[in-house]
Amino acid sequence: MLSSRRVRPRRTPSPVIRITHWIGALSMLAMIGSGWQIYNASPILPFEFPAWATLGGWLGSGIAWHFAAMWVLMAAGVVYMGYGVLSGHFRRDLRPVGPRAIGRDMAQALRCRLSHAAGHYNAVQRLLYTGVLIVALLTVASGLSIWKPVQLGWLTWLFGGYDVARRIHVAMMTLIVAFLFIHIALALLVPSTLFGMVFGRHPSAAPEASVQKGAAR
Amino acid sequence: MSQHRLDRSAIAPELRRIERRLMLKGALSLGGLSMLSGCALDDEPSVERALSAMSRFTDRMQALLFSRQRLAREFDASRITHPFPYNAYYDESAIRTVDPAGWRLEVGGLVSDRRPWTLAQFRALPQKRQITRHICVEGWSAIGDWSGVPLSMFLQRVGADLRAKYVNFRCFDDYSTSIDMATALHPQTILALDYGDHALPPAYGAPMKVRIPTKLGYKNPKYLASIEVTNRFPGGYWEDQGYDWFGGS
Ligand code: HEM
Repeated sequence: MLSSRRVRPRRTPSPVIRITHWIGALSMLAMIGSGWQIYNASPILPFEFPAWATLGGWLGSGIAWHFAAMWVLMAAGVVYMGYGVLSGHFRRDLRPVGPRAIGRDMAQALRCRLSHAAGHYNAVQRLLYTGVLIVALLTVASGLSIWKPVQLGWLTWLFGGYDVARRIHVAMMTLIVAFLFIHIALALLVPSTLFGMVFGRHPSAAPEASVQKGAAR
Repeated sequence: MSQHRLDRSAIAPELRRIERRLMLKGALSLGGLSMLSGCALDDEPSVERALSAMSRFTDRMQALLFSRQRLAREFDASRITHPFPYNAYYDESAIRTVDPAGWRLEVGGLVSDRRPWTLAQFRALPQKRQITRHICVEGWSAIGDWSGVPLSMFLQRVGADLRAKYVNFRCFDDYSTSIDMATALHPQTILALDYGDHALPPAYGAPMKVRIPTKLGYKNPKYLASIEVTNRFPGGYWEDQGYDWFGGS
């Protein structure tokens, strides 16, 4: 159903998804930049992030950014997840499909023949989105566990103690950054999806044509 | 010599601000995009205000999350970090010491008995020992072994108003910090006199350090000189520069 041969009548991404996606994306970027600032105060790996890539001029303001963005991200995340589950969006649009479909879509993607339509995801996208959502949840949970190792001691324990949880937090951040490279590259390669994610529909000029072309090229 | 060091650390925030202002200029000339990734965004007054409003919100959430019953994990002696790291806002060579016999802890604010305390008076009270994890705001942590008098016991002895909001600590190294009353009454909050089996050495805050395993390092003052119970928000050395006030773990 996601192959190039059958383009389904397009669903536009719901406004709830679009708004929470962009609020979440901005707060996630702020969390990453300020997180790098905090990391630099006491690096656990033999490198530091370049100062120009960090948010907040020093540790104290990096922390202020990190927690401010955390509340925004958690609010957007709760609305997004709640809506995704209750509306059936996750089950319908994001649930990963079988390995065969993933293999097929991956092969098509590599040949640049994959169909793209906003709110209508192929097998590779489904896998990436489901994966990054799980990783984002783990990032937030491990972050909470190193922020509150006493009050949320059970969570810290689940993550293997303070030192391990801190490393997991950094590892999850790395996965999100890796996802972002792929994600943004794909969005730029198929700008109509970007348009759709912003405005909720495709560029009004010849919407069908652009999809058909992308699909059957 | 230590005076020179102190002056430098005193003007450091100001220097940083000037530095950031210069960077802000550069960032502006590169346009909005570099502002987003930039280092000086938080210097914009409106952004600064929004950040500190969010920080106060975070503090309120931390106070809600805090429970006087929940204990910080205590460890076996085998887990103690050797050597336990020295840390302060100045270099180890600038540590100040006092004669333990001449040292007094000043007591002030909403208490019924304001007479200063000697070390011998603290030694005469029951001591509590804890091997707990000290977590620094920078992200590193270390496990140490402190013992001393529960702060709650001391506050009761001096007839403190236990409904007051804050307990303020001032130190003879010009450091200061303050905590909420709920944390002050937490069973693991102690006025530490010993590290391991010996009196606190100078590097760890001789003669008295406040050990609070439910708070980050900057809320665990060393070189204690006075305790004040108050309803007026007291702030603190780092808190006034932008660290969140609650600083809980
Ligand atoms: C600022 C950079 C970002 C851009 C330009 C961007 C762009 C997009 C676009 C264009 C789509 C729609 C894709 C399509 O219709 O084929 C999308 C969906 C999605 N993005 Fe992003 N995104 C960004 C950041 C993020 C971040 C930081 C995350 C999470 C860590 C994220 C997670 C997702 C998810 C889960 C979806 C699927 C949404 C759904 O329908 O439920 N994005 N993004």
